[in-house]
Parts: sequence; structure tokens; C-alpha cells
Amino acid sequence: MTARERVTGTVANYVDERTGAAKWMKKNLTKVFPDHWSFLLGEIVLYSFIILLLSGTFLTFWFDPSQREVLYDGSYEPLQGLHMSAAYASTLHISFEIRGGLLMRQIHHWAALIFMAGMVVHLMRVYFTGAFRKPREFNWIIGVGLLTLGIVEGFLGYSLPDDLLSGTGIRIAEAIIQALPVVGSYLAFFAFDGAFPGEAFIPRIFTVHVLLLPGIFLALITVHLMLVWYQKHTQWPGPGRTEKNVVGYPLMPAYMAKAGGFFFIVFGVTAFLGAVASINPVWLYGPYNPGQISAGSQPDWYMGWLDGLVRMAPPLESYIFGYTIPWNILIPGLIVPGILFTGMALYPFIESWITGDKREHHLLDRPRNVPNRTALGVMSLTFMLVALINGGNDIIATTFSLGINQVMWFSRIGIIVLPPIAFVITKRICLSLQRADRELVLHGRETGRLLMLPHGEFVEVHEPISPELAWKLTAHEQAPALELEDVDARGVRRAGGLKNKLRKRISQANAESIAKPTANDLKEIEHH
Amino acid sequence: MKKISKLRRSAFASPLLLVLALFAIGTTFSVASATTKSELSVEQRSAQIAEGKNIFLKGCSSCHGLNLEGSAIAPSLVGVGAASVDFQVGTGRMPVADLSQQIARKEPVYNEEQTAALAAYVASTSIGPEIPNESMLNYERDGNTAEGGTLFRTNCAMCHNFAGQGGALTQGKYAPTLMGVEPKYIYEAMITGPQAMPVFADKTITPAEKLSIIKWIKAAENEPQLGGAALGRVGPVTEGLLVWTLGLGLLIGVAVWLATKAR
Amino acid sequence: MSNEIEAIKDPGLPAHVHRKADTDPVAEKRAERQVAILFLISALGTLLFIFAYYFIPEDVFVFFPVLGNTNAHQLVLGLGLAIALFFIGAAAIHWAKTLMPDEEVIAMRHTMRSDDEDRDALVVTVKERAGAAGLGRRSLIKRSMGLSLGLIGLSPLVLLRDLGPLPGDDLTKTSWNAGTRLVTDPGDRPIRPEDLEVGAVAQVLPEHIGEERRHLSDIAKDAVLLIRIRPEEFQLSPERLSWTYDGIIAFSKICSHMGCAVALYEQTTKHLLCPCHQSTFDVPRAAKVIFGPAARPLPQLAITVDSEGYLIAQKPFSEPVGPSFWERSS
Repeated sequence: MTARERVTGTVANYVDERTGAAKWMKKNLTKVFPDHWSFLLGEIVLYSFIILLLSGTFLTFWFDPSQREVLYDGSYEPLQGLHMSAAYASTLHISFEIRGGLLMRQIHHWAALIFMAGMVVHLMRVYFTGAFRKPREFNWIIGVGLLTLGIVEGFLGYSLPDDLLSGTGIRIAEAIIQALPVVGSYLAFFAFDGAFPGEAFIPRIFTVHVLLLPGIFLALITVHLMLVWYQKHTQWPGPGRTEKNVVGYPLMPAYMAKAGGFFFIVFGVTAFLGAVASINPVWLYGPYNPGQISAGSQPDWYMGWLDGLVRMAPPLESYIFGYTIPWNILIPGLIVPGILFTGMALYPFIESWITGDKREHHLLDRPRNVPNRTALGVMSLTFMLVALINGGNDIIATTFSLGINQVMWFSRIGIIVLPPIAFVITKRICLSLQRADRELVLHGRETGRLLMLPHGEFVEVHEPISPELAWKLTAHEQAPALELEDVDARGVRRAGGLKNKLRKRISQANAESIAKPTANDLKEIEHH
Repeated sequence: MKKISKLRRSAFASPLLLVLALFAIGTTFSVASATTKSELSVEQRSAQIAEGKNIFLKGCSSCHGLNLEGSAIAPSLVGVGAASVDFQVGTGRMPVADLSQQIARKEPVYNEEQTAALAAYVASTSIGPEIPNESMLNYERDGNTAEGGTLFRTNCAMCHNFAGQGGALTQGKYAPTLMGVEPKYIYEAMITGPQAMPVFADKTITPAEKLSIIKWIKAAENEPQLGGAALGRVGPVTEGLLVWTLGLGLLIGVAVWLATKAR
Repeated sequence: MSNEIEAIKDPGLPAHVHRKADTDPVAEKRAERQVAILFLISALGTLLFIFAYYFIPEDVFVFFPVLGNTNAHQLVLGLGLAIALFFIGAAAIHWAKTLMPDEEVIAMRHTMRSDDEDRDALVVTVKERAGAAGLGRRSLIKRSMGLSLGLIGLSPLVLLRDLGPLPGDDLTKTSWNAGTRLVTDPGDRPIRPEDLEVGAVAQVLPEHIGEERRHLSDIAKDAVLLIRIRPEEFQLSPERLSWTYDGIIAFSKICSHMGCAVALYEQTTKHLLCPCHQSTFDVPRAAKVIFGPAARPLPQLAITVDSEGYLIAQKPFSEPVGPSFWERSS
């Protein structure tokens, strides 16, 4: 036994005698994880969260979350002698007098943007591959919750410095609160301790941003990861992979090294951005003053779609018995996002209702093999993208020499017209890709070599594909549409008629696909 | 081969091009140094006015009328003052090249002498804002940067953006960037209100305050990039774009490398 | 020919392909060296980071293409940190890819669903023990427990009452009253009509009496925009016309949509544009909304001149300024 083995043995014994850890360590160190680059997207989010915690803690050592007015006497000349909040002044102090302060501020903000972007691509991966199906519905809902909280957390975070741009954002948030029927003005006055902007909002959101939400995040992320751990990760279909196994690499050493290494990669890339790219230059925005505004005021990108919806909203307001309901704020600001996110959260249940599928799924779908789901996803993304573009319509107008009015009309019409078009195009593309797969399996790969047959005909030589690839292209299920009869065996009309009809229609549309080739088909063409 | 084509099509290509393009757009123009004008004698003055009238009749009257009364496509120049002429002609906005677009700054058609003559002529026909002379433009001495910043954010940022990068107005109009604009022209724009820009009268923004604004603009223009590439100084739009291109591009690129089997 | 459709079969896990470093000791050594170099680059990065922190002065600026004139301290500090972090990751990943075992392993999944035995046992257990607690049949306990838990759930709400004051009529009042002078923002200078020419604008606040500086909460309601056009260009009702003075008209600067400052005035079109959501207001028609999501025009402040010739408000705003709220009656 070497010295190292002896020491390790002593330590391990000490711990195991007190915790019984050896058993679960043995089980978990050999746990198998499937390996695909698209499974690292969630890790981008997880590691960005850790980076946010680390960099954020650093910032809290100098940040003063107070709206108390101070006179600036720091080193940044263009603001010297001006009155500003202590929050803004301390942000300037971090940026200009604390070594590494500006770097950490920028790392923190870049990490937040990557955190949200990572969440979106991770969500897209999970959605388009069907990884949200049973038994992973809870995890999907937790994910949607994390996305929503992330948007709030990011907004609160960049509002802390109390600069002109973020202060404008707070003004708009206050207007949304104030717009709520019956309780709006009360909630706004409670949130701000009086009229906007007051002096209480920044200190309060500091507590939410630094304590409450991170705590909730930690809890939700822990449950999210525990579920993945316990339910085991999904895997792509392929040779040797079934619904009942998981094929990959053990946690120790390869997966640990790769996952751990990827943490440093994410941190390194974030630090690189923090080093070379300026973000949120609050000293240029100036301290917040409700009488000031900048052209081209936008929230951070993950709220840009909300801003875009608000911009394109029709100017609707109702007046009922002396009370006002501002639909132009409520619809784009609360109702539409609420419907979108609720729909998103409930999607696993909606889809299982359509397909009638109540089984566990551990093999992922190739997006082309589920054309309806894929098309719906692309349709939703198109909606969000048009909204996002409209959120930056003034920047787009000046960059591309367009008129904001024209961009706005494009968005107003586009957001209704483009998503259904995207749905149809995507579905057709999926079906074409299915056809191409079928061709590949039945006729093999085109080699580009021409052969002249004895009777003069030219043919292209096709090379049959490997059995592994053939399996991969045909491993998926093609369930037929649900059989929902309007009348039962005795001719009695079934209850819930309309719902069933709808379900039947959607189920039929959902089942539309190009039949995958079978071994019979292969045998048939063998003598070609 | 695969590596090269992967690089060519990599995610870095577009953000790099975008950043380069933004940088080119934001490059500062060389500041034309104003030569000190020597005072003109009475004869020189009337000769200048005569020259100006000549140029005007040849190059401007077809739109602005023989008596500066304006027409359907051009405003009257009565009362616009030498400052307006100096601004419009000096920045090349006038004579207009393309009426279908917003009248934009371009290479001046007339040289300094001709511009001065035109200005003198227009000023001779009616009273209007005068061209600020050198002593009135000493913003380094007479301006206060911090005060200028406050004034800028209250009066200018809503059109020209918080860092003077310019911004959108309605129906395709825009407030141009203030980067690389000569202090004299900034001053003249404030007092004459060119095109859609309103007038900022001397009683509401005093001459000293105007100089403070100019001083702040110059400070912002010459300010080095304190945190790295400025990304156009237009705020979160370009920041989000960078994350989705360079940020995610790098990370997903490494992820693909991570999961690929080694040779 | 069989009638059954025979699916294409799963060929099973492909044979393991060995990497160069698995079989060739030279390649293995080379991979080791590569990993070591990556770790060393990271170490250099950390040294660069420490060097930058202590030894690069903070007021040195260096020009780089794309980045512009950039702060050397910040740049080198950040690049050092980035290199330090990135290359640890690169080293670990390269090590895993080339040298660590990469043979695919198969593990079996178990259905999430518990055995019927366990489930039945659980049902029995719960039924017995819940029955023992007796909540089901002890309705007095059930109801009183419900009351106590429900009430205590209210206590945090009670505690939060002092988060803020009731709005009262705060949203309907500003600092503008009859006779309040209009002063420039910033500068606090009173304004005469002659100070503004046609086409001019002024950012304006109510004159502030007293030592204390203005509160931002007051500015958020009091900010006003003064615009001068030709009097004949107004298209106003006689009442609204009487609120103007010789072509000068005053509007609340706080957007009626969501409260941003509406100060962007286009002299040629006489439109006001709010940069937040592009609501556009037509000045000659009392800031009527002509584009964008705002549902109401900007409130107009009635102005006139006082005995010394300075512009003053005739009376307070006739409606609440700023974004809409439930109690707003129009």
C-alpha cells in the first residue's frame, strides 16, 4: 500500500464510520451519463449561476443599496459634483476605484445574459427532443419556473445601480403594477413606499435580488438536478440504446473531468467577455432622473420581447363607471406573457392528451420525426423573435435606415402572420427530411459515381448505409392517431363530444408522417 | 480542410464583422480647425455679400426663392441668420442631394470662403442668429463637464441618445450622431434648430450652458473605452447580440469539441 | 411472404474504436504533454492576472483594433483571468478525451413506478395511521385546525401593511398650482414668453421654494415641456386655446402610457415622440395620440403670464399626469 492509499483509506474510513457514505458513493461514482454536446446546454446555465453567485458576492462588498442622495466626489470627472443616489455612486466607485471592480461588474452582467441565453437554448433542446415527456414533466415545470424567475432576477439586478436606463425600466415596471385593476395603485405605493421613485425600492429589490431569489434558485436548481440524477438523463436513439438502458460514460473519471472542465470554460469565456466588451456603462447613462430619457432605451435582451409586445400594442383603454382599465398595458405586459408561459408549463400534459401516450420515455425524439411538435416550437420562437425585434425597433431603424413606424407595422402584422407561416414551413421541412431519411435507408447514400449500364443507361452508384445508421433512422415510433369514436359500442353518444372532436383532429394532424421503412421494404428492393 | 471551413462558418465570423462595422461607423472624423477670421473692412464686407448673393442665386434660389421667400420644397430663409447658413452649408447638408431621404451631412459643396459669403449675404437680408466667434466657443475654459452632462441628458439625450450616438425620430427621420461634430456646428444647431431639431434659445439654455453641453459631448467623444469594446454605445441591444453570437457561439463550440471522440 | 411488418433491427453497440493514445505510447505521451501545456498556460494566465492587478497603472490606455482605446489594467486583468480559467477547463477536457477511459458503459434503467407490493403496503400504512390520527372523523378538530392555520397565514400580510402609505390622492396631485412660475430644468430660471422663439422648446419644472432640493418623486409628476409654435397653427377648442399663451403650449412631460419622459419634439412635424414605446403626440391638437400604444393625450398645463411678465400656471393640471390607474376616472 502506498502512502497516498493509506491516507485516503484513513480519511474514507473516518467519514464512512460516521455517515455510511461508501455505499452511495460507490453507486454514484459509477453512474452512467450519456454524452452529447446538446446535453451541456443546461450546464452552461448551472455554471453561469455559480459565476453569478461568486461575482455577485464580490460586488456586494462595495455596493451600497441606498437611494439616499449623495454628492459625487469620485474619480470620474464628467459626473463630479453631481447629486446622485448612494447606489449609483457606489457602482461608480466599484467601476473606477476598486481594482477588478469594473471587471467583476462586467463578468456579473455578462454571466447573467449567458445564464438567460443558456436557459433558452437548453429549453429549446429539451422541447424539440421531447425530453419533457413522462417521467420528466415536473422537471419541465421547474425549468419554466426558473426561466420566469431568471427574467425577474436579471431585471432587478441591472436596476440596482439606479442609472438613467434601468431607472426608466423601473418606471415602466411601476406603470404595469399601477395598471392592475382595483389594487394597482395600492400595490405600487406599497412596493415603492409611496410615489415613484421614492427611496425604498432599490434597497428592497436588493434583498430580493441577493437573498430571496438566489435562495429560491438554489432550491429549485437542486431539485431540478436531483430529478435528472434520479431519473437518469435521456439519450439519443442509436445502436444499443433502448428505453430500458442508459449508454454512456461513468461519472468518475471522464464525466467529472469533462463537466468540471466545462465549468472553467464557461467561467473563462464569461471572463473574456468581461475583459474585452463593455456592458452596462452606467457612467455614460448618468444617474436616474424621471425628467430625463435616452433615445433607444431597451431592457436587457431577455425582456426585449416584453418591450416589443408593449410597443406594438393597440392603444386600448376602457372606462367603466369612472374606473380605468388600461388594456394597452395589461394585454402585452401580463395577459399575453401569462398565457404563453402557462401554455409552456402545461405543454407536456397538452401533448400527452393529444397523443394519448402515458408511457415513460427515455429515448429522445429526432425533431423531424415529430413534425407537429417541432413546427409548434418554431412557431412560438417566431412569435418571440418578432416581439424581440420590435423591442429594438428604434435601433434597427437607425442602423438600417428604416422608419420606426414602418418597422412597427411590420411587427404588428408579422406577429400574427409569420408564426402560422413558420408552422407550415417547418412541418413540411420535417416531412421532407423524413422522406430523405426513408430514401437513405432504402436506397443508400449517393456516391457521386456514375455507372453506365450495358444497355446505355447511366445510373448513380448508391452505397448502402451501415446497419447502425439504418437503425438510428428507423428507431423511432410512429404511433397512429387516437381512435376516439363519437359513439361507443352500444351506439350511445360519448360525453365531452367537442373536446373529443378537437382531440381527434389534433391527434390526426399530429400523426401525419412519412412511413419509416421496414425490413420488408428493404428485402423488396434488394433485387433492384 | 474541415477546420478551415468550420472557422469560416464559425459563429465568430458574424460578431467580428459586426463589431468591425460598428467600429467603422463610430470612428471620429478629423476636426476641421477653424482658422481665425480676420476682421473684414467695409469694402471687403460688401464684396463678400455680393459674392454670397451670386452663389445664392446660382445654387440656392431655385429652391429657396430669388428673395429667400422659400417654395413648396424649401423653407423661407428670412430670419434664419448667418449661423443657419454656416451650419447647413458648412456640414454639407445644403445644397441637398436627395430630397427623398432626411437631409444628411455630407462632403460640403462650397469651401469656407464661399460658405462665409453665403452666410454674410443671408445675414444681410434679415436679422437672425449670428455665427458664434472663437471667443464664444471656448468650452474648455467656460464649460463645466458635469453640468453639461446633466443638461445633455435633460435636453438632448432623448433624440441623440445618452452618449450622443444618435437616435430614431418618426417616419424614418433620425437625430444624427454627435461624434466628430465641430463645436461650432453643435452650437449653431442648438440656436438655429435645423430640420426637425427644435431651437434651444439662449434664455432657456444660456451660452455658458451650451458650452458645458459641448464640453460634455467632447469628453464623451474622447473618452477611452473604459470597459472594453463599446459595442456602439447603444445599450442592451448590441450586448444581447454579442451574447447570442460570440458568447453562445464560443460555448457551444467548446461543447461540441468536448463531446467529440478524440482521434 | 409473411404478413407481419418486420422492423429494421438494432445492430447493438458498435465495436469500440481505440484512440491513438490508447494503443500508441508515443501518442499517449504526446497527449500528456498537451494536457500539461494547457495547464501551464492557465498558470501563466494567473500570473498575468496578479501582475496586472498590482503593477499595471489604472490610468494607462492602449489602442487595439475593434476595442479602441482601452484601459490596460482592466483588459490585462480580465484576459489573465480568462486565460487562467479557460485553460484549466481545456486541459481537463483534453485529458478526459484523450487519456481517460472512453469505453461506453451500459447501465439499466428501472421504471419509476414502484412495485404493486410497495404501493399497496403504502396505502395500507397511510390508511391505518391517518385513521389513527382520526382527522377524517374528528370534524371538530378538523374545523378548529383549519381556522387556526388559516388565520396564522394572514399574519404576514398584516405585517406588510406598513410597506407603504395608501395612495390617497397622491396620484392626482402635482406641485403645480395657480400662479406657480415655470422655471428651467436645470437652472431654475423663470421664463418670459420672449425667451422662446417659434420652434423652440424648454424643459420646465415648477418653481421650488425652500432650502431642500427637489425630490425625484416630485419631478416624476411635475416635469413639463414648453413648446412654441405659431398661434394660428393650433387646432384647439376655445377652452384649450385659453390655456396657451401666444403660441406657447405646455404639456406634462410624463408619458400617459408608462411614464417615460416625453421630450422629443420634432419642429417640422410638431410631433412629440416618446422613445420608450414610440407613442407619438400631435402638439397643435393638444398632444392627441397619433401613433403608438398610448391611449390618452398628454395632460396640458394651463399657462399665462404674471405681473412681471414671467410664465406661470393658471391652475393645477385638470387631470392626473402619468400612466393610467384604476381610480382614474377619464
